Amino acid sequence: MSVSVPDTASKPHKGFRLDLKTAGPLLALILLIILGYSLNPLFLGEGNVTNLLTRSAFIGIIAVGATFVITAGGIDLSVGSMAAFIAGMMIIIMNAAVDSMGASIWTVLLGIGCSLILGIGAGFINGFLTTKGKIEAFIVTLGTMGIYRSLITYFADGGTLSLNSGAREIYRPVYYDSFIGLPYPVWVFIIVAVLGWVLMNRTAFGRYCMAIGSNEQVARYSAIKVDRVRTWTYILQGLCVSLATIIYVPRLGSASSATGVLWELEAIAAVIIGGTMLKGGYGRIGGTVIGALILTAIGNILNLTDIISNYLNGAVQGVIIVAAVYLQRGSFRTGRRAKKPE
Amino acid sequence: MSMKALTLALAATTALAGAAVAQDQIRIGVSIPAATHGWAGGLNWHAQEAEKRLEAAHDNIDITLVTADSPGDQASDIEDLISVQQIHALVVLPFESDPLVEPVRQAKESGAFITVVDRGLPDTSIQDVYVAGNNTELGSVSAEYFLTRLGDGDNIVILRGIPTVIDTERFDAFMAGIEGSGINVLDDEFANWNRDDGFEVMQDFLSRFPDIDGVWAQDDDIAMGVVEAVRQAGREDEMFIVGGAGMKDVIKGIMDGDTLIPVDVLYPPAMIATAMDVTVANFTSNGPVQGEYILGAPLVTQENAEQFYFPDSPF
Repeated sequence: MSVSVPDTASKPHKGFRLDLKTAGPLLALILLIILGYSLNPLFLGEGNVTNLLTRSAFIGIIAVGATFVITAGGIDLSVGSMAAFIAGMMIIIMNAAVDSMGASIWTVLLGIGCSLILGIGAGFINGFLTTKGKIEAFIVTLGTMGIYRSLITYFADGGTLSLNSGAREIYRPVYYDSFIGLPYPVWVFIIVAVLGWVLMNRTAFGRYCMAIGSNEQVARYSAIKVDRVRTWTYILQGLCVSLATIIYVPRLGSASSATGVLWELEAIAAVIIGGTMLKGGYGRIGGTVIGALILTAIGNILNLTDIISNYLNGAVQGVIIVAAVYLQRGSFRTGRRAKKPE
Repeated sequence: MSMKALTLALAATTALAGAAVAQDQIRIGVSIPAATHGWAGGLNWHAQEAEKRLEAAHDNIDITLVTADSPGDQASDIEDLISVQQIHALVVLPFESDPLVEPVRQAKESGAFITVVDRGLPDTSIQDVYVAGNNTELGSVSAEYFLTRLGDGDNIVILRGIPTVIDTERFDAFMAGIEGSGINVLDDEFANWNRDDGFEVMQDFLSRFPDIDGVWAQDDDIAMGVVEAVRQAGREDEMFIVGGAGMKDVIKGIMDGDTLIPVDVLYPPAMIATAMDVTVANFTSNGPVQGEYILGAPLVTQENAEQFYFPDSPF
């Protein structure tokens, strides 16, 4: 591939600086953990760590998908509404299935299957409209964001859709039960992150994403099927949203118009905190995972202490997010300067 | 020719008859926020139910229901109701109080009868009728219940809504109500009237405090999230939870004798129906209706829960 792609692994001689750059988000997370522990030692208690990891799974899984979209120079604002819409449809479908054939494991599998189809379909619509429709991703996904949010409100009659209690009992363990000490949502998060990492760093698809994000024209001249790769990033995003929804629904067994509000911004924030560039061209899945953990940890720490006035929670979050990105950009800049000659 | 004349005459008669009917009709416009969260969903449902019921009961009442997504939207809605529908009365639940003063004043100046619901306008001279729930009472009624269950040295946590006047009124009244009882408030955090936030905040309270005897969630959506967190921790037998508003799932649970959420405090979205009834009464009753109607925030217990249960409502 003739396209220039930043590749940390191939430049071992700049070890320390590059390490700092890679480690920026990790450093921020470690500082945050120390802060959390010093404010309240319970922060590292077993129960709290499990809660934190499980909670970060939703945003984390969605953010892994968003890493591909953003790396390829796109943006998806519809993920929060999409999650609410898919959750609502899953509940409606499962409730209908319970009415017609009773609650069984098949009801839940049916719901999960529908969720996957809806997620992939919704992702394809976003991708198709952006590439073939030649509409800016911001506008397409702003549009679909409004559409999905209205649809869930409409189907819920403005209220809340609740899963039939029989199906709920069967489905509940997916969120609440554990395998070797870790709850299932955390496992899903780990698997998605590992697959995402391989796809981004070890396959042609990942390199195409970075190439398109850094220079679309050059990528086109290099015979990369830009539209197809772009569309695939949105489909991946849709798939990730559907996976997140599958583990979200058993938590409260309900969906309403208030579900998933602002998830899109949290996911994008996790991606950027993790070191991916918002303008595209460079993506880091590992960083995204850490970004999601940082975001979740901030909220958790604020709940575990009462030193800070409740009214200032948003301000603390803002300061930490900006500081985390600064930490990582500060070293990123030196990394880039070192690479200029290339 | 004669055929044409006949048609003309017929058309004229029909038009006249139509005009006569239109004159007898009393047109009432109802403007409320769209169903963007549970409580507003209940509001919309009860408004639609009241519309059906009132139009069926009175031949000459014609109700137009419009919902708005923002204060600006609502201002346009009200302008349309005045100019297009030429309403005789306006029932309005303002999105926000201040931005809607002028649109409602215009409606008043066009001669319409004005009923304001829940969120009061700063200029009360505009309204003929004011119908509202009582946030202060919601706080103090909840506090009274906590006093019956808990005493000196017992620990509670509080999950608040969104930082607004509504939340502050509820919170201050509750704190005043339990003052001096020795009940210890471990902490309070905002849960934004949202189930997911209720779940997460409660998870954190549970890992932070080993001894919690009661939870005041002051809202049923938050309470539903709290219940899941408490179940996850397996600490159902340790504490009770009190929400607020009157969500059907919660009311049903109380009817069935749930011990985790034993009571609820009413802040009914059905108040829109009360407002519409009073407005219609202004045109149909021979008694005066102008004034302020502040609904109570009664304690819903197993004994009286049935009268507050609306199984068909989305909320």
